[in-house]
Amino acid sequence: MHHVTLDGWSRLASPLHRLDPRAKTVAALGILLSLALTHRAYGWLFATHFALITALVLLARLPVTGLLRRACLVLPFAGTVAALNFFGGDPVRGVAVLCKGLLSAYTVLLLLATTPLHTLLRGLESLGVPRFFLMIAQFVYRYLFVLSEQAQHMRQARRCRLGGRRSPLGFSSAAGAVAVLFARSHARAERIHYAMLARGFQGHFVLLDPPVMRLADGLSLTALAAVIGGVQLLLWNL
Amino acid sequence: MEPLIRVAGLHYRYDDGTLALQGVDFELYPGENVVLFGPNGSGKTTFLLHLIGLLRGEGTVEVCGRRVKNDANLHRFRKQVGILFQDSDDQLFMPTVFDDVAFGPLNLGLDKAAVEQRVHECLRLVGMEAVAGKAPYHLSAGEKRRVALAGVLAMEPEILLLDEPATFLDPPGRAALLEILHRLPQAKIIVSHDLDLARELATRAVFFSAGRVVAAGSVDQIVARFQWDARMLTR
Repeated sequence: MHHVTLDGWSRLASPLHRLDPRAKTVAALGILLSLALTHRAYGWLFATHFALITALVLLARLPVTGLLRRACLVLPFAGTVAALNFFGGDPVRGVAVLCKGLLSAYTVLLLLATTPLHTLLRGLESLGVPRFFLMIAQFVYRYLFVLSEQAQHMRQARRCRLGGRRSPLGFSSAAGAVAVLFARSHARAERIHYAMLARGFQGHFVLLDPPVMRLADGLSLTALAAVIGGVQLLLWNL
Repeated sequence: MEPLIRVAGLHYRYDDGTLALQGVDFELYPGENVVLFGPNGSGKTTFLLHLIGLLRGEGTVEVCGRRVKNDANLHRFRKQVGILFQDSDDQLFMPTVFDDVAFGPLNLGLDKAAVEQRVHECLRLVGMEAVAGKAPYHLSAGEKRRVALAGVLAMEPEILLLDEPATFLDPPGRAALLEILHRLPQAKIIVSHDLDLARELATRAVFFSAGRVVAAGSVDQIVARFQWDARMLTR
């Protein structure tokens, strides 16, 4: 599962992993903003962004291909918009949309792969993101395990009873399975929530080591801002 | 002697209309280990969930002389009463064993040193110190159960609620768990269909039927009265 792999990566040790989650979040937002501002006519700027993010991935000792493969999950969405532009007579814009989508996903994945989720959420909380949204995010993430496990059990049970044949009920069978999956997952999610409440959970995860902003975080953020700012300045002067 | 838990006239109906508890009266005294018997769906687990304030029905639930009635005092009850759920996968939700056991003490507001000390003590108590850095989903069923128990014990509860503690365990896992439970000084309420476990641990048995407590006595008395032993039925 992708999120299990990401969770494992987020617990590795590297200079990037050690940075404060707030510094990493602000840096990621900076890259995303820079990507959004990049004009479609300057294709080499996408290559510059790609090189910058890849350098950070290597600094974090993460597998470039592994992250890129996961970033490709946005292609069906970005690809659809790109195709509309492409066939609408603006192929350059189509390629730019594809590049922006892919590089944005690459950036977000880098942030997730270098920051354990509960640390990231705690950082976002201290940056002022409403706790309600963070709670939704943390529970969605937590229950992804539950959902995928339930789905695996149901798929196995289905295979056992179909013996390799296709279900004669087709779509209605699949729709029914999805409904059952959600009902089961809801029941299990409720039990997990009970287990959390039973151990004193009061709405947010308490960390053993709360994030602390240090000089290294400030310097890293400044260096990244300088690179992004430099690229954008160059763009405006062209 | 004052009871640790006193329940009087407890009624509870689920949102779908199922009447799960119909006037349950119950008391648990210090040092007691009470096993709850009864058919599936007779309200045993629903009853346990009331004792820790996860469900709230009509009637009175008192823990250590204080009534469980509002959100303000629930935090205190959740420190006094620990619950081990039937399925350990429901209980192990943090990325590592260490994080999971530390979850409760951190919510109690303990400092880092105290949390680490409690986590190591509890993992040592259940013989799972070696897996502190592992992800819970990589453990066997018996190991998960012991880690889940460590998470409960890290809250230092005065009362333990155990919902089918031996389910899914192989004989060595069950024996290890029993040995740990024997050593724990807390008063316990145990929901179980495992008669051998009940005979080894329980000082008293209570029989639930259709959301009511219909009998109480020794384990052997209850088993004989309700023919609650599969071996009796197959003879």
